[in-house]
Amino acid sequence: MNFFSHVGRYFIMLKKVFARPERHKLYIRQLFHEIENLGVNSVGIVIIISLFIGGIMTIQFAYSMSNPIYPRNLIGLGTRDTLLLEFSSTMLALIMAGKIGSNITSEIGSMKVTEQIDSLETMGINSAGYLILPKIVAVVFIFPFLYIISVFFGLIGGLSVGPLVGVISLHDYLAGIKYLFEPYYATFSIIKSLFFGFLVASVPAYFGYYVQGGALEVGKASTKAVVNTNILILLFDLILTRLLLT
Amino acid sequence: MIEVKSICKSFDSNVVIDNISTRFEKGRTNLVIGQSGSGKTVLLKCILGLYEVDSGEIYYNDREFTTMNDKKRKELRQEIGMVFQGGALFDSLTVEQNVQFPLDMFTYQTTKEKQSRVDFCLDHVNIKGAHKLYPSEISGGMKKRVAIARAIALNPKYLFCDEPNSGLDPETATRIDKLIQEITREFDITTIINTHDMNSVIEIGEMVLFISDGKKCWEGTKHEILNTPNNELNKFIFANKLYAQMKQGG
Repeated sequence: MNFFSHVGRYFIMLKKVFARPERHKLYIRQLFHEIENLGVNSVGIVIIISLFIGGIMTIQFAYSMSNPIYPRNLIGLGTRDTLLLEFSSTMLALIMAGKIGSNITSEIGSMKVTEQIDSLETMGINSAGYLILPKIVAVVFIFPFLYIISVFFGLIGGLSVGPLVGVISLHDYLAGIKYLFEPYYATFSIIKSLFFGFLVASVPAYFGYYVQGGALEVGKASTKAVVNTNILILLFDLILTRLLLT
Repeated sequence: MIEVKSICKSFDSNVVIDNISTRFEKGRTNLVIGQSGSGKTVLLKCILGLYEVDSGEIYYNDREFTTMNDKKRKELRQEIGMVFQGGALFDSLTVEQNVQFPLDMFTYQTTKEKQSRVDFCLDHVNIKGAHKLYPSEISGGMKKRVAIARAIALNPKYLFCDEPNSGLDPETATRIDKLIQEITREFDITTIINTHDMNSVIEIGEMVLFISDGKKCWEGTKHEILNTPNNELNKFIFANKLYAQMKQGG
């Protein structure tokens, strides 16, 4: 299948996904299940990654600004802006594409190869809507929260590691993260995270929904889904940055 | 009653169903037999609308299925129960939640009413003490029986079974066959069963359609099948030495 066939089939799937649900109550129940499964269960890994990356970035900024000509509080400012603008939105989305995306592809793909999706269709249920819509809504809903959590814990990581290893004082770090704060950076990244959330749920769902074969193909589809989602995240990052930040 | 008229289905240049016409009568077990790869599952999926036919017509009690719009098809599908080869139970739901699923989706019954219907269906297929287990925790035979229970939960008018006893021991396989036949008679539904198991044919083959390479080769009852002059069918039946000896022994 060529690129355009995939794009066409992706949009056909989305049309099915956004069709009117059969029973709203069941979709809402499914939505809460997905928020817990895909969102709440990702909070732990987001916190761990953000704490470490915040600490590492602080040390790296301190290293590259070792020249006494730079004010020390720039280390805090650099950590904050990197977290706000890029890490907690884009890098986190790339990581989540691996965790959430592969989960979605393998779940839907397994249902496809074991005929559970056919089973839904023979019951007269829109399988794409029932299985994929709650996942997309859940991930789009949870991504801004994950972004906020990531920024917060990234800053905590820098705050803990910087003074601990002696590259910056607590006072300088706190002064840095408050210095020249631009609230629009957060707005910009939250907008990005909504787009990324949509990609992280819908692209892997597409690869799972159209998988054919057995367990081996599900594994391959999972890999393809993560790779393609990552490329699309970077492409949209570029487009959104150009549109919203310049 | 389900009637198919001259249906054809190809995948690329590969003709899988070639001009098949037949009628599946109500209240009896209609079997579609043939070797693996003969087109049985594709025929079933065409009748269900999971594959669109290239040409021909399919009627569910005089309602033409092939030209129906999506909305009408959805309504019709609520009258259909399907038992897939592997059961196709939803892994994330327990046995009773699986059976309750179509009731949740399409009825406005109270929780008590739904529970009573679930218990009735599970009792009917002789599932006891497994209501709270997940599909991964039950045996292959139980999965098939739960799939049957789920298929009959909405009182279907049409029941489709794709190799319902494949991978089961002979005793369980016979029990599943008998169960489907009982349900068919009790609820007076139109049942179509795909199988390549000759034991099923002899046990419950009230109407048997034999297909080979996507073509209809023979049609008849279990009483006629052992004495047919059809070479293709004889090759299929008497590949099993037991049946060859049965024929020789009269």
